Amino acid sequence: MEWLMWFSRPENTKPLALIIFFVTFIGIVIYVYGSKKRSVKLESYRDIPFFDDQPGDQDGTKDKQ
Amino acid sequence: MAVTTYSGAEQYNFDIVKKFAVMSLVWAVIGMFVGVYIASELAWPFLNFDSPYFSFGRFRPVHTTSVIFGFGGSALFATSYYVVQRTCQTRLISDGMASFTFWGWMAIIVLADISYVLGYTQAREYAEMEWPIDILIEVVWVTYLILFVGTIMRRKQPHIYVANWFYLAFILATALLHTFNNLAMPIDLFSMKSYSLFAGTQDAMTQWWYGHNAVGFFLTAAFLGMMYYFVPKQAGRPIYSYRLSIVHFWALSFMYMWVGAHHLHWTALPDWTSGLAAAFSILLLMPSWGGMINGIMTLSGAWDKLRTDPVMRFMIVALSFYGMSTFEGPMMSLKEVNALSHYTDWTVGHVHSGALGWVAMISFGSLYHMMPKLWDTKIYSNRLVEAHFWLATIGIVLYIVAMWISGITQGLMWRSFDEFGNLQYSFVESVVAMMPFYAMRAIGGMFFLTGTVLMTYNMFMTIRQGKRESAALDAKMAAKMAHA
Repeated sequence: MEWLMWFSRPENTKPLALIIFFVTFIGIVIYVYGSKKRSVKLESYRDIPFFDDQPGDQDGTKDKQ
Repeated sequence: MAVTTYSGAEQYNFDIVKKFAVMSLVWAVIGMFVGVYIASELAWPFLNFDSPYFSFGRFRPVHTTSVIFGFGGSALFATSYYVVQRTCQTRLISDGMASFTFWGWMAIIVLADISYVLGYTQAREYAEMEWPIDILIEVVWVTYLILFVGTIMRRKQPHIYVANWFYLAFILATALLHTFNNLAMPIDLFSMKSYSLFAGTQDAMTQWWYGHNAVGFFLTAAFLGMMYYFVPKQAGRPIYSYRLSIVHFWALSFMYMWVGAHHLHWTALPDWTSGLAAAFSILLLMPSWGGMINGIMTLSGAWDKLRTDPVMRFMIVALSFYGMSTFEGPMMSLKEVNALSHYTDWTVGHVHSGALGWVAMISFGSLYHMMPKLWDTKIYSNRLVEAHFWLATIGIVLYIVAMWISGITQGLMWRSFDEFGNLQYSFVESVVAMMPFYAMRAIGGMFFLTGTVLMTYNMFMTIRQGKRESAALDAKMAAKMAHA
């Protein structure tokens, strides 16, 4: 269990945390912007708020049916 | 992706959304009135009436609780229930649980406000409620979490829209913050008084870890959820970049948790801790501005809406204030700037440029969009919306300019030394110098409150109009059926 002591020292855990968080962030950026096909798929989710619109919802002209 | 047709009230629980929307306006008027009153007490001290029940110390948490949790919280409950149902295209999993969150939340605000006036407080900023109320908050909040997550789990839309990510981060983070910040030991089972489990610097650290993340998750992330749904809806065009919203979400959620200690520069807290918090505060500028740009650019190609649509104007001005206060905040977190600004009115001005400029304005815009839809009608008066917009904007500008001048003056007076190395001004001299700005701030608040009263009247008339139209339609249908 001696190896666990390595984690108790801030001089070890600070750069380790930096590497983990930095790699995770770069991973997210690559996932989001790295593939054209995925980009198209992700951007298609922009339209979700409009999927359950009533007719005339946008221009405020809907009539009570 | 699944696309379902809208079937309104049968498909969704809009009743709970209506209740929270109405109460958010009621709490806005109450909370802002108390805010104007305590601002006036500072300008015209006779308003204290030499009574503890009217004192600034007791009314101040009434103001903050009523506006943050009453107005802001109710607006968040209303919009999160509305957005999660419409973007997941499913009904809330339980009407009973939804109703419990409403009555529970209202009871919390009422009990908290009464307890403050009676002198009960645990003296933790934005968490002054004593332990019995804290336990009630815990129960209501866990119910809210189960309801929200359960609704997402039975969605008909495979993808979870980004607004729901922000709402969920807000609910989860608030649960975490509330629990740990309020760990306390009551002195007796039948006493309201309790003592914090933490002491000294650790207590201050816990308090500001909570305090700044309440700003980060309650007053920022949650209202960004609002923004990501209502700005595209009002503009009639999808969000500028969905990919940017993903990066915005993860960067913001990760970074906010670290910044609380920047409230404790130049204190007993180790220097590296507040220094680290300041570094994260500066980094936070990037996701904040990314989100602001994403919201504002949604209007790209439809800028004319800013001229023609007063509701859109509320939203874009809100985003502009979001950008401004998320620039000012990191700047104030720098140790050298903080040495001047801390403990002064500059901080008060900064908080209000975020709270009035961002939180209140985006809430007003979203409620103006949502409430007519809930009652299936149009806004009663667009001219009143227009008047509200200008009153609110002028009010904010008066408020924050007064606090900037007052805060910087205070900071400079407190650090002035004479030729012998003594303090040049006594504290009371700095208070006297503040008086004109306190009056200016109170007047700014009056402008803002007047706008909110106008909105409440406008929405009241909108609801009445919606009900009348609906009743007329029902009567017409009944007559038709009778003749058939």
